[in-house]
Amino acid sequence: MNLFSDTVTLSRMQFALTAIFHMLWPILTTGMAIYLVIVEGLWLKTRQRDYYHHARFWSKLYVLNFGIGVASGLPMEFQFGTNWAPFSEAVGDFLGSILGFEATMAFMLEAGFLGIMLFGWQRVNPAIHYLATIMVAFGANLSTFWILAANSWMQTPAGGEMIDGKFVVQDYFKAILNPFMVNSVSHMFLATLETSLFVIGGISAWYILNQRHPEFFARSIKIVLAIAIAVTPLQIYVGHLSAEQVYRYQPTKLAAMEAKWETSPAGQPADWSLLAWPNEAAEKNQWEIGIPQGLGYVLELKPNLSEPVLGLKEWPSNERPRMVGLIYYCFRIMSGIGFFLAGLMVWSLLQWLFGKLSPEKIAQQKWLLRTWILAAPLGYIAVESGWIVRCVGRQPWTLYGEIRTADAASQLPAANVLTSLISFSVIYSILLVAALYFGSRIIRHGPNLDLPIPGVEDEPAMTTQPGDFVKDQRPVEAQQ
Amino acid sequence: MDALLHFLPQVWFVILALFLFLYVMLDGFDLGVGILSLTSSDEERRSLLMTSLGNIWDANETWLVLMGGALFGAFPLAYGTILNALYIPIFIMLFGLIFRAVAFEFREHAQRKLFWNFAFGMGSFLAALGQGFALGSVIEGIRVDEVGHFIGSSWDWLNWRTLLVSLTLIQGYVLIGSTYLILKTEGELQKTHFRTAKIAAVTTLIGAILITITTPVFYETLRTRLFSPPLVYIFAVIPIIGIALIGLLLQSLNRQEERTPFIWTILIFLLTFIGLGLIIFPYIIPTKITIYQAAAAPSALVFMLIFIGFLIPIMLFYNIYNYIVFRGKVADNSYEN
Repeated sequence: MNLFSDTVTLSRMQFALTAIFHMLWPILTTGMAIYLVIVEGLWLKTRQRDYYHHARFWSKLYVLNFGIGVASGLPMEFQFGTNWAPFSEAVGDFLGSILGFEATMAFMLEAGFLGIMLFGWQRVNPAIHYLATIMVAFGANLSTFWILAANSWMQTPAGGEMIDGKFVVQDYFKAILNPFMVNSVSHMFLATLETSLFVIGGISAWYILNQRHPEFFARSIKIVLAIAIAVTPLQIYVGHLSAEQVYRYQPTKLAAMEAKWETSPAGQPADWSLLAWPNEAAEKNQWEIGIPQGLGYVLELKPNLSEPVLGLKEWPSNERPRMVGLIYYCFRIMSGIGFFLAGLMVWSLLQWLFGKLSPEKIAQQKWLLRTWILAAPLGYIAVESGWIVRCVGRQPWTLYGEIRTADAASQLPAANVLTSLISFSVIYSILLVAALYFGSRIIRHGPNLDLPIPGVEDEPAMTTQPGDFVKDQRPVEAQQ
Repeated sequence: MDALLHFLPQVWFVILALFLFLYVMLDGFDLGVGILSLTSSDEERRSLLMTSLGNIWDANETWLVLMGGALFGAFPLAYGTILNALYIPIFIMLFGLIFRAVAFEFREHAQRKLFWNFAFGMGSFLAALGQGFALGSVIEGIRVDEVGHFIGSSWDWLNWRTLLVSLTLIQGYVLIGSTYLILKTEGELQKTHFRTAKIAAVTTLIGAILITITTPVFYETLRTRLFSPPLVYIFAVIPIIGIALIGLLLQSLNRQEERTPFIWTILIFLLTFIGLGLIIFPYIIPTKITIYQAAAAPSALVFMLIFIGFLIPIMLFYNIYNYIVFRGKVADNSYEN
């Protein structure tokens, strides 16, 4: 099978690429929106100007992410029709309704209030502005809910049945409340929050380490810490619940996550694989380092399994996922990061309790701050890895157990899909480089602590007047 | 029950038409301003053009997302078939929209703005071009088998008639973009757009006349529909009202009125839209698949109607509120303020 002439593979690659790229941006905007609600609330309550400047500074990074998120989100929706028309037709009754809900309830809410949140500081009163910020955060997180409800339904279809190749919905609420929904929504909600917190924390740590506004950024570190102490262990727990559900509902995925080829019978202990090198052709692992009795503890908190854990060889090769190594390692990367971040929280909490995070002393915590900076990108890696486990592990199904991926794809000339795939690769590479470049510029530039505070008339440091804008100072020739 | 089976798809046809109209009107002036920015040689002016859209462009673009979601949910068959058939123009549109969306922020932060200026202008142009070809192809008719699956070739969308529709749509966007800028700007910048509005009004009119003449000549199935009652009466009246509205628009432009040109343009868009809708109805893939054949199950239509129908007035409310907050001439909405 030639990769470049197989439309299904190309469409899959395109969906994977666009989803992996798209996800990078809303992860931050949904999580950071909650942070913005908190700092604006603190400002309204305490009237300390630092909190106001926090709201203004972080919303610059927010809007940079938001624009790319909107732009890269459009192809996600349209691809269901362009590349997956048979699937859309078969499941449109449910999936289409859910995407429609996401757009009307969540996405429009976020977009409709974003203008006021960003540009409305001097135009509406603080209460209305705060309402706008809350609506933006609410809309963004409602998006997470609908998208995860839709994807969970693809993992554990419920609320209807397949009749003549079409999914006929009998109970919409049952379909929305499918088995995976609650855990998946919670897992992703916590993931966006956790990732955003560590981005904010990492950037703040960088400023403190570089002696720039250490007092100002000690505030954000503390807000981040206060929330992340609760979020990081909770995320591990929700992740564990999700894995248990995979064990129950998607045994092929669990077998791939554990690179498990042979079945472990009930009533006996089994190893939990720590590291392995899966060989798909030989249907075994080249080598493996296991923890004795580990699997029983991981799944049931006791040494012996009460039910058998099925190995991949129980299924014919066309009914189990491929790329076992990818699924196996992505799962370990994700969980490893989850534990690492929780550990970092424990370390930071101890330092805080010993009074070493006070504004005067925090800059001396060089190794802690460096670790915080290192932790900034980890959330993204964990989220992307988790989604690879979730969706590659679901294969060969698009709708688990019901519709095969090969039957879900549109019949298209491979050249068309190849062209759009290459275009996406090029465009998204440019956008990624540009976003990192402009993002780091915003960070290097730092917060503008001279911004006028709404409602404060006798503001001495009014540097920017309404009505003037920065002119290009360079000669005319250079502007072109 | 039979009445319900007819009524529900009709309601969804109207809701889709509403979303599409709001999109074409609102993102229409967005894209129009973007296309106009290609002719601006001056960074200061370009900044003002982009600032005039800063607070609303993403909400405007969201109507397209709404339209996509509603089409997917209410008419899954049409969603799959139309997007599958229009693969290339849809991706031209998407790539265009991506470039113009990121240009807003990237340009703001860039020291060398040339690339992002171009991305904004060309992105807007490509998005409009793709939309025009898509619209033209839907009017022209997508080749499907008896159950509504696409059986044509991936280049069916490209011919001189779809090109004509696309160019006319671009003129329409430039027209509504110009009249929006008349509303939002003052001085020299406003004068420029009185001029561009006049030119675009004339070119849009020419395009519309050509489409009106060529449609019944080249499309046999549409011709028989058009020349039999009741469509024949409507088809006789719409061009007359259209020409009258263009006349009123040109008069208001000549009098240098600020608000009326935008209103006349919206009415022209609305009229065109009603005309198109009446020609297409009851088809969703003209003239092969009706809305009744393509509709989702009645339970899905009811379920969506309860939630989305309830939200439509709320969405309209806060979108209008957004426009009220940012009413008046654009000076500087930059978030440094």
